[in-house]
Parts: sequence; structure tokens; C-alpha cells
Amino acid sequence: MRCDVAVIGGGPAGLAAAIAAQERDARRVLVIERAEELGGILPQCIHNGFGVEVFGEDLTGPTYAQRYMDRAFELGVEALLDTMVLEISPGRITATNARHGILEIEAGAIVLAMGCRERPRGALAIPGTRPAGVYTAGTAQRLVNIEGVMPGERFVILGSGDIGMIMARRLTFEGARVERVLEIQPFVSGLMRNYVQCLQDFDIPLQRSHTVVDIRGDRRVEAVVSAEVDPDWHPIPGTEEVIPCDTLLLSVGLIPENELSRQAGVELDEATGGPVVDERFQTSVPGIFAAGNVVHVYDLVDDVSHAGERAGASAAEFALERREEPARKVRLRAGENIRYIVPQVLDPEGLRRGEQRLQMRVRRPIEAPVVLRVEAGGETLLRRRLRYVRPGEMVSLTLPERTYSQVRDADEVGVSVEERGG
Amino acid sequence: MQRVDAAYDVIIIGAGVVGCLTARALSRYRLRVLLLEKASDVGTGATKANTAIVHAGYDPLPGTHKARFNVRGNNMYPQLCAELNVPYSRQGDYVVALSQEDMRTLEELRERGRRNGVSGLEIVSGDQVRRTEPALTPQALGGLWAPSGGIVDPFLLTVAAAENAVTNGIKLLLETEALGFEKDGQRIVGVRTDRGTFPCQWVVNCAGLHADEVMAWAGQDGFTITPRKGEYVVFDKAKSMVKTVLFPCPTPISKGILVTLTTHGNTLIGPNAQNIENREDWAVTAQGLAEVLQGARKLVPSLEARDVIAVFAGLRPSGSTGDFLMEVHQVGATLCGRPGGFVNLAGIESPGLTAAPALAQWVVEALEDHGLELEEKREYNPLRPAPPRFSKLSRREQTALIEKDPRYGRIVCRCEMVTEGEIVRAIHAPVPARTYDALKRRTRCGTGRCQGGFDTPRVVNILARELGVSPLEVTKKGPGSELVLRGTKEGGDAL
Amino acid sequence: MAERRRLICITCPMGCQLDVLFDPESGRVLEIEGHGCQRAWSYAEKELTHPTRMVTTTVRVRGGVWPLVPVHTAELIPKSAIFPLLRELRRVEVQAPVRCGQVILVSGAGTGVDVLASRDLPTTDVEEPAPAIYPPAG
Repeated sequence: MRCDVAVIGGGPAGLAAAIAAQERDARRVLVIERAEELGGILPQCIHNGFGVEVFGEDLTGPTYAQRYMDRAFELGVEALLDTMVLEISPGRITATNARHGILEIEAGAIVLAMGCRERPRGALAIPGTRPAGVYTAGTAQRLVNIEGVMPGERFVILGSGDIGMIMARRLTFEGARVERVLEIQPFVSGLMRNYVQCLQDFDIPLQRSHTVVDIRGDRRVEAVVSAEVDPDWHPIPGTEEVIPCDTLLLSVGLIPENELSRQAGVELDEATGGPVVDERFQTSVPGIFAAGNVVHVYDLVDDVSHAGERAGASAAEFALERREEPARKVRLRAGENIRYIVPQVLDPEGLRRGEQRLQMRVRRPIEAPVVLRVEAGGETLLRRRLRYVRPGEMVSLTLPERTYSQVRDADEVGVSVEERGG
Repeated sequence: MQRVDAAYDVIIIGAGVVGCLTARALSRYRLRVLLLEKASDVGTGATKANTAIVHAGYDPLPGTHKARFNVRGNNMYPQLCAELNVPYSRQGDYVVALSQEDMRTLEELRERGRRNGVSGLEIVSGDQVRRTEPALTPQALGGLWAPSGGIVDPFLLTVAAAENAVTNGIKLLLETEALGFEKDGQRIVGVRTDRGTFPCQWVVNCAGLHADEVMAWAGQDGFTITPRKGEYVVFDKAKSMVKTVLFPCPTPISKGILVTLTTHGNTLIGPNAQNIENREDWAVTAQGLAEVLQGARKLVPSLEARDVIAVFAGLRPSGSTGDFLMEVHQVGATLCGRPGGFVNLAGIESPGLTAAPALAQWVVEALEDHGLELEEKREYNPLRPAPPRFSKLSRREQTALIEKDPRYGRIVCRCEMVTEGEIVRAIHAPVPARTYDALKRRTRCGTGRCQGGFDTPRVVNILARELGVSPLEVTKKGPGSELVLRGTKEGGDAL
Repeated sequence: MAERRRLICITCPMGCQLDVLFDPESGRVLEIEGHGCQRAWSYAEKELTHPTRMVTTTVRVRGGVWPLVPVHTAELIPKSAIFPLLRELRRVEVQAPVRCGQVILVSGAGTGVDVLASRDLPTTDVEEPAPAIYPPAG
């Protein structure tokens, strides 16, 4: 099987990439998706909040996915469903499904759009027994919304990220009881809007600076033990509370899924867990591109679609040999209080073609006005004021075209954020 | 209690590694053998959670059963695992010396090993060990190299032995709990269970953590099992730290917190050792984990907590005598008050896994010595074919497999590349997997980076379909551990 | 008689903690503290007098590739109507195929707001399994 552009993953990033590639006249665009249908995580994200930027509408996850799927179909994008990629190398993908068996696919360019996985209990090493009834929030979401079964009746949720809070409301809407939401940080991890509309609305108690220190129950969860934690996240002895429940939901982090990327020899960024990409979302391996949560975890699906679009367009250009590889790429350096920046490298010539968008996350929250500073070669290129910064809210920054000559002449470009003092 | 007709020659209580290997050893002969197991699957007791190491045999004291059967068992492993097609690797192990005193201990161990009949033991320098194991601490002064040490998958060994036994005619009853003996005077004539009474001539006690309770039914006392908990930590395969096994110098009660490779390519560390009261307490503790990580870092300082993917606890059935208790009580035995027809294997803690094949052989010999007639079956087949592991096959083999059964083309567990075909096969195997955990142990689904996040809904559906039950009846490890509790639109009275 | 109320403004992700002096009789907000911008006034007034929400949930499907289809209210509904609407939707079952935007329930819980399907849901074809190549039927 041959195609111009192969996209691994049919979620929002993959669909946007496939559409963009097709729109750039790629002759055959193939999406390879491991689930039974396209949409990635969106079909189970039945709540709204999607598409405000892309469509100017407040859509549910499934509706957002439907728009992209319809457009992809309209353009002639093809998809292999229920198909798992086993191995990739530049220009070549090996996959398998029940209908066709082992498939060898030759692709002019590949877009990695595998999304991310959830951090499981084992990675947190939560003490206690191993009964039935411990789930990550996303798996529970799939069971409740797609499979039509409830993982439990009485829940404790660890993690006040958006997925955890959304599930608190979801479970309540299906007649279950959410006893408690526990958050190890001293602040709510997800959006305040979700705190109000998912927890406060239903009187679901949230305890900040708390975590689960024990899981009890032989066959099935019977209770969890919560404890308060100190600023270093160590449980404080004497603060333990036994919370009877039959299910523990974990919403404790998303990890970009890069096993295939690693195998393809793509350079990964330790800070993001995803591939190092340039402003066109090409990885360190020419012809392999990456977009979406596989690169770093996004907040808004709209941004994921933008990235996918860019990656898909770049992939098509590569496959159709319409592009020259950049002479050199400038590294972006995460400075003071910046955890990571995407893209990690950029072609300065890209600034002549238009402004360049940088996305980043901070390490620590600053709930006060801050200044974001971009510098190169000792000079400040750009200052931007923000009302606050939080790790849970991605920050976007645009490098305008006027910074071209400074970036071109620099070894690296640094970004830092500081409280606006004085 | 309802009586079940037709007496068995031998009833084995407990389908752990010793019970299953014993059943297999007996399945070679024309005997009616019944293997009883109270849990929903074989190997869910002490067998389920341990270091999975096939010890060389320098550690047990010379002259003990442990020493004798450790070495004998170790020698049997290569052929056994080849016949049963079980993952096993004889890559050797090191005991590491971190001090001059430790170096002296190494010499003691070498001498002990020599007396136990272990070959190839050699003391090497710290640098030499580090050549094979670069992650070993620079503090290591030297190591005792034991080339006959190895690793195995204890669960797969158990299930393979059970399958081979069943294929060769043994009857296995899962979810059947032995409750006591039916006696005629002092003689055991049957085993009472929660599914009826099974008459028999001989009983073999392989009840692991509950061996002393079974002994008490036989009128024997003076021996107690104390559960000794050991906690373990498993690391992401991508961060494999060792190629062999690294032991610290042993303490009086334990071989210490070690760092080992597993047959699946993960680094495993543990166990600590703590006597506990409750034989059903498999909980992992925060202190235990901290202890294990700290202990393992003495050997491999670069172990990182963020690479941890799973933690678990095991229980050692520690016997009060400190050695294996291995006895036969025949009908009409001379010791007063002791009923006959009872073969006792108790206190089978480390090196129990290593000794298991030799213990099984001992049971057969002991039964024969005490009058059980052993007539070989011509149709006995010691070979058990390997279940296909898609992830380990070549592309051509994978293609052929999918052609025979398309379900091998559908991957259900992404992290470990486990196919629907493998899962369906395990559900219908001679020792069937009927729970999520049973499938996990057999196929590796759910043991990778995402720990079941992707596969759980799919496996639940496959189990429901193959067992002909509703998804609400699919369990993690038997009744009471149902994975999903109701339909989304059912119940919901809180609304 | 004016009351002090505390709420979190959710107009933007900032999530300002508002301290509000509210007159329930007139439904007017008299004073606000803690707000980052002026939008807090209209948010607080609305939230304290007639709070509304979008409701999203699922509804049972007969003969579809999945047993449930996600649905959403076409517009905001009064917060007090959430649970009555959920209870009503629990009794609904639709026949596949379902089209995105299809009206599942007219004027749910007497709100005058329709409940719509959030996606296409094709019929399950027991003869022929879902095709491996997109597009699906319907």
C-alpha cells in the first residue's frame, strides 16, 4: 500500500493533518486508527467547550469530531480502522488489523498523532491492595459514555484536572455518588469553570493539598484513605481519613504516547515527553512530522487542530517534494520558570514567511501580573504582559516577522517569565 | 455434604507451582488425580508474587531440604521449561559485596554452595561485575558469580504445568475450597470441600500459606506458617537496568532486597521482609515501598521513581522450623495419633519456586515408596505447546497466524502488543482464563506502560462474549471483583 | 435585605473570586469586590438570579454501533431543570441511525429547549462488520 501522507492516529490532530494534506493536493492520504471509529478521544468527551476558536461555536467533543470527519470524508481521505501500527521507519509503516493482517504501507511522509495516555496507579505507587474498582478517569469515561456501563456507584476522584472534574459531573448525571475530589496541589488543577459547573454545582467536596495514601478492599475497592500533604507532597501523619467508596478514579496526568516515535529514532524532549519539533512540526527525522498531544499535552482542542493542520500541510509539501530543508534551525531555550516550549527549534527563515507561534507551559504558578520575555543574543526581542501564569494553562506567544534578523543571527532564543515587580 | 462417587488415588490441595508440578508429575501414571484450588485461577497464592528467580543454591544451609531440593530443582529447570514452553533464562546471578565483611560472606557462600553441589561459583572483582552490569554501584567491591542462577515466569510455569497435567488426564477444580478431611478412624478417606466430598486414598498438601491449617485437619500440629510479606516494584521496560540478578549479601531471614531482570524484560526490585498476622493481607505499604527503593539503590543507585509502572506484595509461607517440612504419613503409621495417607509439603518459601520440580518428583517417589502403584501411561505427553505470542513472532509468522485466525490481527493491548486471538485462546485453554487477572498473567495484557488503560474495556467485552455472560459479570479475580457494576442507564437512584 | 455572596466568575479562565452584595428582591448586584474586569457584574447578576447551564449527557440507542448516543441541550437551560431533564432523558430510547443535530427530545423538562444528538451514530450491521475503510454507512 502506498500513499503520499500517512497519519498515525485519527483524533483531532490526525484528522486536521489529513485534511490539510489533502487540501495541499496530496494524492493519497491515509489515516491509521487503532479504535473502531475516528475521533480519537473526542467521541467520549461528550461535554461542550470545544471549537470556540476554530468554529466560533461552543460544541461538544463528538460534534467537533464529526465536523472534521465529515470534511475528511468529503475530501477523500481514507482511513484504516481497528488497525494498530506495529513499527515505523522513515517512509514506511507496518500495521495490523483483523481484516487485512499485516500491512506494509509506504508513505511519502508520516504524521505522528498518537495522542497521549493517562498516568496509571502503578506509576504513583499508591499503597494498598489491588482490588477491582481502580480506574483512570479516561478509561472510566469510555466505559460510561461509549460502552454504556458504570465502573462503580460510589466514587472518590484523585486529581482536580479537567478530566477528573468533568467525570465528577458525568457520574453524578448517571446517578452515581461522587464522595470527594482530592487534589495534591494547593490549587485546582483544571479550569475554574469546571470547578464551578462540575463540583460546586453538585456540592461535591474538593480537598486541596490532599492525596490518597492507601486503597482498601480485597476483591473490590471498599475505601480509600486520604491524607493532607505538606508543600513537598509528603503525607502529614495524623491527617488520614477513611473514605468509604467502591471506585477510585485517577486523573493524575497525561503522558504523550511516544513508543513509536522512539522506535523511529525521533529525538524526544524530556521536558514534554514528546518529539522535538520545528515550526512546521517536523521532527528530527526528515519526513516524519508530529502534532497534537503526542508532542505535548494541550488544553484546547482548537490548538491541537491548528497544529495538526500545520503538520499535515508540511507533510504534504514534503511528500510532494515542494520544500527545501532549512539550512539551520535555532534552538528555543526554556528559561526562568518555563518548563518547556514548543516548537523546540525553528527555522529563522520561517519568520520571513510570517509570524511564528510559540506555545509553552510554566513550572510554577504566579497568581500576579507577570512579564514574559523573549531574548536572543543578549537582546530582548519581545516583552509580553500577562495577568497571571499557571502550569495548567498553556501560554501562547507570537514571534513577529520583525524579529527575523535577530533570530537569524542568534545561537538560541530564550523565553523566561517573571513576576512584574515594583 | 453431598458425596461425589469414584475415589481418587490422589487429591492435591493447592494449585500453586508445587501443586501443579506435582499434578503433572503424577499425570504420567495411570492414576485418578484431582487438583483442588479455592481461587478462580491457579498460582494465585505465594506463587503469584515473588522474585521469579531460579536460585543457584549457595544460600541454603548444607544438609537441609532447602539446600538439597534447591540444587536438584535448579538442574531440572532447563528441560522442564523447554518441555512446557515457559519463559526461562539461565543468565547467572551475582551476590554483591559492599564491604570487606561482605567479601568474607561471599567466601562463605561459595563454600556453602560447593557443599550443596553448586558448580561454577566464582568470586570476581567489582569491576568485573560492572562490566556486565554497568548500573551496579561503584561501591561494589566484588561479587559471587553463580552461572546456574536463572529467572523464570513463575505463573506461566504454573499454568503450563497445570495445562499439561489436565491434557494428560488430571482433573482440576477451581473455585473449590478444601474445608477438611473425611476420616475413618485415623485414616483420611476423603477431602471435604464447598462443592462436595471427594473420596481418595492419598492427600498431598500443597496449600502454601494455609499448609499448617491442612496439617491440622490431618491431626498434625507443632508447625506453623507465618506469612512474611515482601513488597516489590516494577520498572518500565524501556529503562532496563540489569541483565542478570544482583543480590546483596543475605541476612538471616531473607536474601535481601535485590535487583533483577524479569523474563519480560522489566527491572524488578524487592522484596523486603515483614512478618504479618493476616494471611490475606496483600497490601503494599508506603514504608515498604520506600524501604525497597532505598535497599535496591544500594546496588543500583540510578533507579528512578518516575520509571515505576507497578508495585505489588507477595506472601512467603514461612515455616516455623526454618526448613521445608516434607513428610509422608502412611496408613497404619507407627506414630500414635497420626492418620495415614497424607503427604505433607509445608513451609515452602524461598527457594520453593526453584525446588518445585524436585519437590514434585519427591512426592511421586514418596508415594511409590509407600505403596502407591505407578503404571506409566503410554499416551503421556510431557510437551505442552507454547501459546503464540504475537509480539515475539516474525512478520511471516504473524501473517500465517492471522490467516488461520483473523483475531490475531487485532491488537487489544497496545503496550504489550497482545492480540484478541491470544486472549480468546487463553479463555478456552485447558486451564481456562476466566477473569481479567487470569488473562493478564497469561497474555501480559495490562502489564505495560498504561497498565490496562486502553485494553480493559476491550478485554471486558471479549470475556463477556466468550464466556457468554453480560459484561456486568466479568471479574478482575473472581466473584466479588466485578469490573463494572451496572449499565449506565440502569439504576441510578441518586438521580 | 441585601446579602453577601461569594462566587467564582467563570467568564474567562482567570476565575476571579467575587465578593458580592446582592439584593434578592430586586435581583440586583449592589457591590462587587475581587473582580478583574467589568464582566463580573453581569455574570454575578445572572448567576444569582437565573443561573443557566448547558447540559450534556447520553441517551440509549436501539440498533446502533454503540448502545448510547451523546446529546446536548440546544441552548442554556435553567439550572433547576438539570435533574428533571436528566430523569426524562433516562427514559428515552432512539432508533439508529442517528444524525448529528437530530432532535432527540423536544422541549426537555418543559424548558422549551430541544435536546439534540451530538454526532452521527450508524446502524450496526450484524451481517457485515463495520468496514475497515472509512466512510461508514449512513
